[in-house]
Amino acid sequence: MVTRQKIMTPQALLVLSVLGLVLAWLPLRANMQAPPQRIVSLIPAVTEMLFAVGADSQVVGVGSFDHYPPAVENLPRVGALLDPDLERILALRPDLVVVYRTQADLKQQLARSKIPIFEYAHAGLPDITRTMRQLGIAIGRAPEAEKVAGGIERALDGIRKRVAERPRPRVLVVFGRESGALRGIYASGGVGFINDMLTIAGGTNVIAQVNRESIQATTELILARRPDVILELRGTSATAQEIATMRADWNALKSVPAVANDRVHIIADERVVVPGPRVAEGTALLAGALHPQAFR
Amino acid sequence: MTSGIRRRVMLTVGAFGAVAAAAIALAPLVGSTPVDLRRALDRSIPFDQNVDAQILFVARLPRTLAGAVVGAALASAGVVFQGLLRNPLATPFTLGVSAGAALGAMLAITFNWSFAAFGISTVPMASFAGSLGAVLIVYALARARHSGLSTDVLLLAGVTMNAFFSALILFVQYFADFAETYRTLRWLMGDLDVSSYEPLITATPLILAAFVVFAWLARPLNVLSLGPDGAASRGVDVARVQRSAFLSGSVVTGAAVSVAGPIGFVGIIIPHLVRLMVGPDHRVVLPASALFGAAFLVGCDVLSRTLMSPIELPVGVITALIGGPFFLWLLVRKS
Repeated sequence: MVTRQKIMTPQALLVLSVLGLVLAWLPLRANMQAPPQRIVSLIPAVTEMLFAVGADSQVVGVGSFDHYPPAVENLPRVGALLDPDLERILALRPDLVVVYRTQADLKQQLARSKIPIFEYAHAGLPDITRTMRQLGIAIGRAPEAEKVAGGIERALDGIRKRVAERPRPRVLVVFGRESGALRGIYASGGVGFINDMLTIAGGTNVIAQVNRESIQATTELILARRPDVILELRGTSATAQEIATMRADWNALKSVPAVANDRVHIIADERVVVPGPRVAEGTALLAGALHPQAFR
Repeated sequence: MTSGIRRRVMLTVGAFGAVAAAAIALAPLVGSTPVDLRRALDRSIPFDQNVDAQILFVARLPRTLAGAVVGAALASAGVVFQGLLRNPLATPFTLGVSAGAALGAMLAITFNWSFAAFGISTVPMASFAGSLGAVLIVYALARARHSGLSTDVLLLAGVTMNAFFSALILFVQYFADFAETYRTLRWLMGDLDVSSYEPLITATPLILAAFVVFAWLARPLNVLSLGPDGAASRGVDVARVQRSAFLSGSVVTGAAVSVAGPIGFVGIIIPHLVRLMVGPDHRVVLPASALFGAAFLVGCDVLSRTLMSPIELPVGVITALIGGPFFLWLLVRKS
């Protein structure tokens, strides 16, 4: 009895551990073998990331507001943040859906249909490359994602170094106002990726101490904070005429150094407002406006 | 006018006028930034370089004046609509004016329209056009089956137009992106930071012209409180009074909303409060409401820009936070 027990126990242990390893490895292997091939992305920034890491052929559906890269125009649209079209999403038979963190209903419905999701939420600039790496792992393109994310980080570092020795102007970053008037002005507060871009681009936010992504800036606030530079961002292109008109609107606030010294810049480019893979290019645009000598 | 009522009007206007004048004089001195008044008024510093003067005259004074004009307009329009509809719950926004204005503003913001005329930027223009459109539709409906103006039809048409325009607003919003949706929502909360005098220069003459009509309306509205038949039997041209009241009240409201968005509660609590103080005679209530409304909105604006500075609370939120509970108290107290 004693000898038998002695013989059985190591054998049983061995068998059990091998079995356990196989069992644990099987789903892992299944996952690694079959990265999602039918991805639906509802968020412009993540759609851009998917294309940037070379997942073009894996994307089968995009959100209503996705316009970059141009290839997305040929893909079916399935709604967006507030109005995701579940029926169309399911009809595309996705094996991964990129959702925004607040889309609670959609997440529930997808869970019911047993469709895996990738959750995303806008945050600071470091979250862009972090998201991209996580996305790379989730879709089986970790090396590509690492390459792109690393490239973005190196580009941002390069900008940071180029402006490091220069004096940092005090900047107001505006990303929306009523057309033709200095009313309903929205400006970047001290958090969020636009504030981070500004910091790397060598500027100091004049309303950095407001712990919010955006605030409505009154004319009084702008007059009192006296920014050296005003950067007005918009996501759509503008004609030279439009840009001239937008700049002229600011002349009412002549005592603001940015206005007096002609340092109001209108940057009409999608790259400065989408927290996606082109964010380093957007940051370079900001840096070029703030430090023209360094970026000639 | 008998000498008795003339004295009462003078006294009331004097008292409420003093309150309004004090509010308008003091409000520009308060804000999120300290301003050195001596420096602000120092003519030897060029205006372009004088920060204190720019804060005072570019940021604060226009919005204080806007608060005064809009407050006066909404409060007195409230009196006129309550008299016209003989309904104490009527507001300047009951008959669809604000919903039309909101639709105009939404369209301008969402589709990023850009046009300007007479120094007025796109959104105020679009909102004024929207309010005029709503007024004309409601007016045409109310006249369609009557020789005069049926207040029942007016009320029903107005309320229906409000609902219909609100649906159209949601429809337009559906095409907006998030930034635009947020901006349109913000517009609905009211904003007095006009940052220039131009919106006032255009809106004020319209409002003053309508105030002249209001002055003429005060007596007929008193008689109208007996009901249309009673008023007619006393020699009042009821149809004409109703028409003038509706159109002038709507123009005032449309102009006010185009300057500052639909700021709620001013048009209902101020008239009721003033009636509590001076009685129901429109000859006293109208000017007193205009002056008190001006003081009230200027005061609310001071709160909106100082309570959480440098973040600004929407002034419509302040008027609602004060106005809602106050109005409920008024209801309970009366009954």
